[in-house]
Amino acid sequence: MRRFFPDLFLLLIAGLVAVWWATRPATLTTTEAVGIDYAGDISKGGVVFNAGGCVSCHMTPGQTDRNKLGGGLALKTDFGTFIVPNISSHKTDGIGAWSALDLANAMQRGVSPKGEHYFPAFPYTSYAHANIEDIRDLMAYLRTLPAVEGKASGHDLKFPFSIRHFVGVWKAIFLNTAPIVDDPLHTQEWNRGRYLADALGHCAECHSPRNALGGIVQAQRYAGGPDPEGRGWVPNITAKGLGTWSKADVSELLATGFTPDFDSVGSSMASVVKNMEALPKSDREAIAEYLKSLPAVDGPPKPVKK
Amino acid sequence: MIRGMFVAATLVVGLSSVAALAQNATIAERQQLMKGLSQAGRAPGAMLKGEQAFDLAAVQASLKTFAETAKKAPGLFPPGTETGNDTAALPKVWSDKADFDAKLAKFGADAEAAQASIKDEASFKANFTGVVRACGSCHETYRAKKN
Repeated sequence: MRRFFPDLFLLLIAGLVAVWWATRPATLTTTEAVGIDYAGDISKGGVVFNAGGCVSCHMTPGQTDRNKLGGGLALKTDFGTFIVPNISSHKTDGIGAWSALDLANAMQRGVSPKGEHYFPAFPYTSYAHANIEDIRDLMAYLRTLPAVEGKASGHDLKFPFSIRHFVGVWKAIFLNTAPIVDDPLHTQEWNRGRYLADALGHCAECHSPRNALGGIVQAQRYAGGPDPEGRGWVPNITAKGLGTWSKADVSELLATGFTPDFDSVGSSMASVVKNMEALPKSDREAIAEYLKSLPAVDGPPKPVKK
Repeated sequence: MIRGMFVAATLVVGLSSVAALAQNATIAERQQLMKGLSQAGRAPGAMLKGEQAFDLAAVQASLKTFAETAKKAPGLFPPGTETGNDTAALPKVWSDKADFDAKLAKFGADAEAAQASIKDEASFKANFTGVVRACGSCHETYRAKKN
């Protein structure tokens, strides 16, 4: 036994090194990034900006100018508190010095320009499915927004979630980088709706339950669950939740925040509505078309009322 | 001595139960008030979507409900009612009470202004949506995700 011990120990070390190496940050390949360098379309970028909901997290808190993306919002979660970064065009405190490829690697692979993992509080698991042209156009749009001074402070996370490199293990389990391909069996409208909801709107990131590691429970995607920020419940938006709603009801909610009963959505959804309001009506209707097509799925049980 | 402690304990439990019941009643009252707002908004909402014929009397009645609710609501969020009865009110209601009250006051003022300015379908279409914008702007900060 004593003869094998050193060998087992070396094997263990070799295994850990292998895992460390396999979970290091991986950026987009050259093929995946083709087209990122061409000139971006600012007005298309504005649509991506609103569909992607950047403002809801990145807007400087305590003021109402939606063009000021200085970060600083605190997101309290089970893993600790994340502080949203500055993504204004400021050259040192924001992303003013970034290339479009930097933005694509951040949004689609969760990797910083310095080659570090981003924590998945940033929903790159959804943005990974976006088209590279949309990222390019978004960069063109972001560059037109004002520079905001002030780097946001760092996150305050619990060990071991504070170790960035471990995010590589999380990504190996939960990050699916397959692009969303149009389904020829569905209409163009449905495909546009699916793209808007799954790739940009990242609706499932809030509207799905999560497991202990913080990954989405895919079997219950869109079936709602506890608010990741602690208080309240995010509704089920599969047919189980939206069964009695018409497509027009859904697109109306996205435009005004009012349910068919004239209840007004609260918390982050009110912020989402502000983004959805700015989209073309056809895009809201496309999202409604897609959501209305989701088969009924039971979500997790709600806790007993206190 | 033991009897005295027993009496004291009963009083404490009894009084705090009464207090809790009173707090829950306040919470229930404001929840009803908010439901009343959504009920009042239904008919005008349907008119805006073209699902119902325009009815000035109904619109004016709704605006009256809005204005009355805006006056009653701030007093229904006293300290001690932060939790209980499944309230969806977020802690910011109490930490930012001045802004909360100001938003309700603006809602009430907008509703009263609309009562004066809405006389027909055209003025209804022009002015009503502005009044109900208040719903989202308050809920974004002060209401938890659907419980």
